[in-house]
Amino acid sequence: MKPSRLAIITHGHADHARPGHDHVIATPDTIEIIKRRYGENCAKTFEALEYGVEKKIKDVTISLHPAGHVLGSAQVLLQYQGYRAVMTGDYKARPDSTCAPFEVVPCDLFVTEATFGLPVFQHPDSADEIKKLLKAREEQPERAFLIGAYALGKAQRVIKLIREEGYDRPIYIHGALKKLCEFYQERGINLGELRSPTGLKKDDFHGEIVVGPPSALKDQWSRRFPDPVVAYASGWMTIKQRARQSGVELPLVISDHADWNELTETIKATGASKIWVTHGREDALVHYCRSIGLEAEPLYLQGRDDEED
Amino acid sequence: MKAFAELLEQLILTSSRNKKVDYLAQYFAKTPDPDRGLALAAITRDLSLRHVKSSLVKQNVLERVDPKLFALSYDYVGDLGETVALIWPETVSGELPSVKDFIAFLEDTPKAELPALFSDLMDLATPNERWAMIKMITGGLRVGVSARLAKTALAKYGNVELQEIEEIWHGLTIPYLKLFAWLDGKTDKPQIKHTETFHPLMLSNPVDEIKDFEKLSEADFAAEWKWDGIRVQLVFNEDTQRMFSRTGDDISHTFPDLTESLNGAAVLDGELLVGKDMEPLPFNNLQQRLNRKTIVKKHLKDYPAFVRVYDILFDGEEDLRTLPWQERRARLESWMESHDNKRLSLSELIPFKSWEELKKIREKGAEEQGHEGIMLKRKTSVYEPGRPKGPWYKWKRDARLVDAVLMYAQRGHGKRSSFYSDYTFGVWKGNEIVPIGKAYFGFTDQELKQLDKWVRANTIQRFGPVREVKKELVFEVAFDSAHVSPRHKSGIALRFPRINRIRWDKPAQEAETLDGMQFFVEGQSDS
Repeated sequence: MKPSRLAIITHGHADHARPGHDHVIATPDTIEIIKRRYGENCAKTFEALEYGVEKKIKDVTISLHPAGHVLGSAQVLLQYQGYRAVMTGDYKARPDSTCAPFEVVPCDLFVTEATFGLPVFQHPDSADEIKKLLKAREEQPERAFLIGAYALGKAQRVIKLIREEGYDRPIYIHGALKKLCEFYQERGINLGELRSPTGLKKDDFHGEIVVGPPSALKDQWSRRFPDPVVAYASGWMTIKQRARQSGVELPLVISDHADWNELTETIKATGASKIWVTHGREDALVHYCRSIGLEAEPLYLQGRDDEED
Repeated sequence: MKAFAELLEQLILTSSRNKKVDYLAQYFAKTPDPDRGLALAAITRDLSLRHVKSSLVKQNVLERVDPKLFALSYDYVGDLGETVALIWPETVSGELPSVKDFIAFLEDTPKAELPALFSDLMDLATPNERWAMIKMITGGLRVGVSARLAKTALAKYGNVELQEIEEIWHGLTIPYLKLFAWLDGKTDKPQIKHTETFHPLMLSNPVDEIKDFEKLSEADFAAEWKWDGIRVQLVFNEDTQRMFSRTGDDISHTFPDLTESLNGAAVLDGELLVGKDMEPLPFNNLQQRLNRKTIVKKHLKDYPAFVRVYDILFDGEEDLRTLPWQERRARLESWMESHDNKRLSLSELIPFKSWEELKKIREKGAEEQGHEGIMLKRKTSVYEPGRPKGPWYKWKRDARLVDAVLMYAQRGHGKRSSFYSDYTFGVWKGNEIVPIGKAYFGFTDQELKQLDKWVRANTIQRFGPVREVKKELVFEVAFDSAHVSPRHKSGIALRFPRINRIRWDKPAQEAETLDGMQFFVEGQSDS
């Protein structure tokens, strides 16, 4: 991705937000997240646009709408002479108490992500996944529970979900999560007491829950915990062999992306007649759209890695 | 079925042996008969369900899911059972049948009605339960549990010795009601026929040349060659003929040439070897016949199996295990004389007067005939399962040592999953280093930490979990023997390689060369 004169940024993940643009338009939360991740001067100028507020650039009207992906995440609606096009960025339609709920934006052209664009991905209820974690913790109180969750969004959501199940012990977090957890707390999302594991002994972690970025699970960092149960919160954990190969003992199918049912329902709900599919498994979703009589094309973006969580 | 599905998921997701044992033992404790026995049989893959093939599973799902979407999904997931389990669209709430009823449904339902039954079951289940049922139906239950591990879990559950389970295992029938009744303390240990079941083996200890020979008297011991094959137990009578590995796995079907030859009734202990006219070929020839599902005709011809017999545990149903070795040997010799068999030969005794003399024989045998070493058996020893100290010794020829250079390191499993603990090493071939083997033990925990640190600091390339390192660190690798191997780039394969010492001091230039390795290689003339 090359830096550009004007960038509309949907949310703060590294594959969507890069530093070096001249002028950035995004939601206030996304701008704050970008600044904390890349520094105050990562773009020349910033322009905060609240959800639902329209802004005109030449003949095109721009507005941002909640995408339900992570704090600050937005879909982009472009209107030109009555024609409406929506770019979803990453989204999910199910409830998430760490960000504004997804909003269906009626449109003519719908550009959708397809990270989990295969019918094998039918994410279960997230609360049930957390119950699995807490049950395992009761059954094996001598072990530490090490949850891999990426630093922006997933980590905070997992912590919030754990709190919602009534767990009120301190939760330990890896240093890489600190800044963003603090930001979520500042924004009124109560994550309860968070602590750093640094300086504590192995014996201090029996039965404790620790959250860290996925890369830390297999790193030297994980050695300080007693016989840890490696858990990983991700939509990919649907696939057992995949969990097994990555050494995950407790897969938690918790995703910040729409699953197959959310994707197909949302496509129908927008009323769009033209669908462009990007960001993942385009083939299956394009095939589906065509099978229900919609015009659909895959849209291959530059600089995309195949997989993210 | 719900509990069984949970168990399978736990088993597949943990790599720790101990935890698998715990999960199984917990399942046995909370599951009623006959479900637990049927589940056990499914896991050890002794359960075979007729009628149901994976084509039925596939057909059924294609009636509900767009074929193209299914194909793309299958392509991505890579496992038919899991794809179907995940993609299945409907769910209705209701009770799943027990394992027993599930199996009964499958067995009793007429073929034409099977598809409807199958989809009813799928509708009732969660994805994980669907996966468990499909795995059971198609028989592809690979959850990393060996028969031995299952038996270890049974022993733990019933608080009995593993040996006791092994002793009766092959006399038991699915769903193991008698076994569980005994483990639950409700009945006595099940009675079984001795010439139909495996009996735990008596094992030897390595001899310590300096300490032991001082105390041991030559006259008390008999000596035999230590044959370089695999230890087997032949268990047979008029009705059944079986061969078991040392861990009690039934390997009869892999060696039909041998099992079919057995006549009479006895339990014999010996070494499985291959070769024409009962002349043993090197171990890697035998290896070609091990762990094969299908039998290759050419192998039967080129590598006929035979057994060097060295002990007799039962003559008919008569238990000889409490007799001293000397008497058992006499019984064995007369048994062999009265049962002519072209696949069985007696392991000869080596006459000797002094340890010194035997040492020379051992060295000569290793050099000239490639013998692995010598076995010493106390003439008064009874046949005692396990590894008792004192009665039997193995006197292996000295390990071979080679200085090799560390090439790649890979992360270990379980407790070692954050350490680079599996090492591939190689020797010089001209200006490059070619791999000759892989080892993951022989070092202390302290050394492992140092090695892990060294690997991280000296990585030059990464391939997934594998790191290629600078060719600078030398290992002194110990191994039992070297063989020709066309599968390895170096053309050499080592047996039992382990890290003997880490030579932090030695420059890589001084490591061994491939030419130098040829000195160790056995079976060169073999095609």
